Amino acid sequence: MPDSDRTLLTVEGLRVGFRVPGGRIEAVRGVDFTLAAGECLAIVGESGSGKSVTARALVGLAGTGASVGADRLELDGLDLRGIGDRQWREVRGGRIGLVLQDALSSLDPLRTIGAEIGETLQNHGGGTRAERRARAVDLLRQVHLPDPEIRVGWHSHELSGGQRQRALIAASMAADPPVLIADEPTTALDVTVQAQILDLLAAKKDAGTALLLISHDLAVVARLADRIAVMHGGRFVEQGEARDILVDPAHPYTRTLLTAVPTTRPRGTRLSLTPIAGPPPGPDGCTYAASCPLAADSCRTGPIVPVLREPGHAVLCPRTDEPWPAPPPPLANRAAPAETTGEDDEPATVIEVTGVTKSYGGPPAVLEASLRLRAGRTLGVVGESGSGKSTLALLVLGLLEPDAGTIEVLGRPWSARPERERRALRGRIQLVPQDPLAAFDPRYRVGRIIAEALGVPGAWAARRDRRIAGLLERVGLDPSLAGRHPRQLSGGQRQRVAIARALASEPEVLVCDEAVSALDVSVQAQILDLFVDLQRELGLALLFISHDLGVVHHISDDVVVMRSAEIVERGPVERVFQSPEHPYTKALLTALPSPEDVLDDPGPVARPT
Amino acid sequence: MTLVETAAKATAAPSRAAFRPPPAATLVAGLALALIGVAFLWPGLIAPHSPDVADPVNALLPPGGGHLFGTDQLGRDTFSRVIYGTRPSLTIGIGATALAALAGSLLGVLALAGGRVLDEAIMRVTDVFLAFPGLLLALLVVAVLGPGTTNATLALAASATPGFVRLARAQALVVRRSDYVRAAVILGRPRAAIVLRHILPNALPPLLVLALVNVGTAIIAGSSLSFLGLGPQAPTPEWGAMLSDGRDFLSTAWHLAVFPGLAVTVTVFAINIVGRSLQVRFEGRTPGAGL
Repeated sequence: MPDSDRTLLTVEGLRVGFRVPGGRIEAVRGVDFTLAAGECLAIVGESGSGKSVTARALVGLAGTGASVGADRLELDGLDLRGIGDRQWREVRGGRIGLVLQDALSSLDPLRTIGAEIGETLQNHGGGTRAERRARAVDLLRQVHLPDPEIRVGWHSHELSGGQRQRALIAASMAADPPVLIADEPTTALDVTVQAQILDLLAAKKDAGTALLLISHDLAVVARLADRIAVMHGGRFVEQGEARDILVDPAHPYTRTLLTAVPTTRPRGTRLSLTPIAGPPPGPDGCTYAASCPLAADSCRTGPIVPVLREPGHAVLCPRTDEPWPAPPPPLANRAAPAETTGEDDEPATVIEVTGVTKSYGGPPAVLEASLRLRAGRTLGVVGESGSGKSTLALLVLGLLEPDAGTIEVLGRPWSARPERERRALRGRIQLVPQDPLAAFDPRYRVGRIIAEALGVPGAWAARRDRRIAGLLERVGLDPSLAGRHPRQLSGGQRQRVAIARALASEPEVLVCDEAVSALDVSVQAQILDLFVDLQRELGLALLFISHDLGVVHHISDDVVVMRSAEIVERGPVERVFQSPEHPYTKALLTALPSPEDVLDDPGPVARPT
Repeated sequence: MTLVETAAKATAAPSRAAFRPPPAATLVAGLALALIGVAFLWPGLIAPHSPDVADPVNALLPPGGGHLFGTDQLGRDTFSRVIYGTRPSLTIGIGATALAALAGSLLGVLALAGGRVLDEAIMRVTDVFLAFPGLLLALLVVAVLGPGTTNATLALAASATPGFVRLARAQALVVRRSDYVRAAVILGRPRAAIVLRHILPNALPPLLVLALVNVGTAIIAGSSLSFLGLGPQAPTPEWGAMLSDGRDFLSTAWHLAVFPGLAVTVTVFAINIVGRSLQVRFEGRTPGAGL
C-alpha cells in the first residue's frame, strides 16, 4: 500500500446553505473528516441528509444559490476555499474524480466513451490523439469492460447499465486523481453488476486511491468502507471504524437504520420501531429528536456535544446509554389461512399461472412461467432488470394477454377474457405500485383517490368518508390527510395511500411490483412491517416482486427466481436462500452485499436474540 | 426531518418569490382586452351613435369633431360601427375556436378510446382536412352552406378542428399510458368512466393553450371571410366587411378602411400577448395540475 497514511483531504466545519424563497436551508451544518490515501470513508444517510451536497461541495459543485463555508478545506496542501473556476477545473478530474449515480445522464449521448475519457486526459496532461486513445483503451481494460479496443468507439446507449457505470468510472479516474468521490455509484444497478463495481472500487482503493463513498445503503458500504460517517440533518451523528459502527452502533439513528436492513434480520421480526412523533427540535437541537426513542427535552433545545465512545468512534448523542425500548412483539405467528379446500389442508389457490409465455414481438419476455399463490401466503418473485418479472406482474393483473398458457384468479379463468367479464373480479386483485405518485390522478386529493376505489362515486357521502378515514387509519395515516394532495406527502405516506386504495375493494390478492424499492431504508422497514400486519389481519395473499433479495427473503413464504424470461428456481424461501440449486441463484446470493460482510462472527446486530 | 420538508416544499410549489410581475406589454394588452370585452358585451356604453342610422348630409366626413373616426358613405359614424362591429367580428373567431376545440377534443379522445376502426376513420378524415389550407377549406364550406355569420363560424370551426383532433389524440395517448389510468383499470372502473374522469380532463390543458393561440388566427380568418362577402351580411357592422366597403374610398376617405383594420390588429395582438403570458405560466406544470 503506497503511502497509505498520507492525509489527502482535510475538512473541518464544512457548512453548506441554500437560499430558498422565504429563507435559507442549512443542508450541511458543520462536518469534519479527513481522508487518507488508500482509505475509504463512507458517508451514509437517507435522502435529504446532506450527504450528496457534502460530496459536491468538495469539488466546488454545490449548486447555484449555495454558499459553502469551512474552517478548513484542504486537498493535499491546497486550500480549496475561495479558489477560482480555473483552479477548480484543474482539481476536478485531475486531483479529485467524481463518479455519479446516473451513468446514462452523466455521459454525453452524442460522443463515444473514448472521446469522453479522452477529454479528461486532454484537460489534464494531454498527449497525442493516439496516446489518449491507447490510454482510454487501457483504462477501460482496467475497469474490466469486455473488448475495450472495440467498445472505446461505442456510444453510451450501446452499453448496458453496468458497462456504462464502468465507463464512467474509467473517465473519472483517467487523469489518475488521488481522491475519488463516488456518489451512490451502484444504486441503479443489478446486484451482480453492483458486486463488480464494488470490486473495482476496492481495487482502486488497494492501489492507493482515497475513496469517499456516498450511499444510502449500509450493506454496500460494509463491503468497502474502512470508516463510516452516519449523516442526519446535515450533521455527522456518528463516525468511526466501519466495524465499530456496524457491530456496536451507538446513535439511536444508526441503530434504527441497521435494524431496518431486512438482510440482517431473521424473518418474522419487526424492522421498524413504533413510530414516534415528538415535537420538532429547535435550531441547535438534535435533528433526530422528533423520532428518537431516547429523546429528552435537552435533545430538542441543544446544543449537543459529541461523545467519544472509544478511540476514533464519536457519537453526537449524550443519551446512548439509556435503555433501548423493547422491540414490538415479533410476528412469528402468521394468520391461519382464511380458506381451506376440502381435500388437503393447503390454503385455497388464489392465483394459478400455467405455462404462460408472452413476447413483445422479439424474444419472449416471459417464457413458460407457472406459479401458484395460495390464500394468505406470500410468493416472492426475484430477478434482475429485464428478467421479465414486471411483465409477469402485468399478466397476473390482467393488463396484458399471454401469448400462450392460462391464468386463473380465485379459481376462475382470467386470461383471454373480455375486460367486461374480468371487471367483476378486478376488485379482488389489486396492485401496489413502485411509484405511487404516478399512479394517482394528478388532479385528485387523497380522499378522492380512495373514494374512486370504493366505487359508486357520491354514494352516501358520510358513510363513504367514514370508510376513507377507516382505510387511512388502517395503513397508519391520520384521516385528516384525506384533504391533502399526494404531492404534499412524503414517499412513505404516499405508499401508504396507495396501499389504502388497494385495500378499498377488500381484495384477496395484492400484487406488489417493486413496492418498496424507491423508499429510504427506514421507511421501507415501516412499509414492510405494514404489509406483514395487513396480511395477518386480513388474510391477504401477496405476490411480491422485487429485485432486492433481502426484502424478498424477509417477506416471502415461497420464492421464484427469474432470469431472462424464465423461472430458474422455485421453492420455500429458506430452502432457496440456504441451499440454492441453480447456479444463477447461487451467483445472486454471493453478490448480495450485507453488513455481515465485515463481521467474522455474528454480532449482536446480525443475530439478535 | 424539517430540512427535508422545507426542501420538499421549496421544490413542490411554485413560490411567490419566483413569480415575476407581468411585463408592461401584458398589462397594456390586458387593459385593451378589457375594453374590447366591454365593446363586445355593451357596445352602447362606448359608442356615441347608433351604428345603423344613415345621415347622408354628413357622409364621408374626415375624423375629428363629432365623429372620432369620421363617417362613411352613408354618413354612419365609423367609430360607433367599429365598436358595434366587435361582437359580430369576434363571435366568428371565438365561436369557431370554441366549436373546434370542443369537437376536436371529443373526436381526438374518441379516436383513441373507440377502437381501431373508429381511430383509423377519424384520423384519416383529419389527415384529408389537414391537407387543405385552412382558409381554402373554410371557403369550400361556405361555398356549400352559403354565406352568413353562422355558416362562416361553422366553416372556420371545420378548418380548425383537425389540429385539435391531432393534439387531443396525442395528449390522450400520453395520459392513457400513465400509471393512474392503469390504476383505474385495475380498480375495475368502466371504460367510459376512465375516459371521462381521467383521460379527458388530464389531456385538456395543452388544448386550452392551443385554443387561446387559435382565437387570434380565427378572428383574422373570420374577417377575411367577411372581406370576401361571405360573413355577416350588410348592414351588420363587421370589421372585415367594413374594410371591404372602405376599399372603394381609399383615395378619398382613408379612415373607412384603416380603423376597422386597426381594430382587428389591436385585438389579435392583445389576445396573442395575453395568451402567450398565460402559456408561459402554464408551462412546466404536470398535465392537469393547473386545473
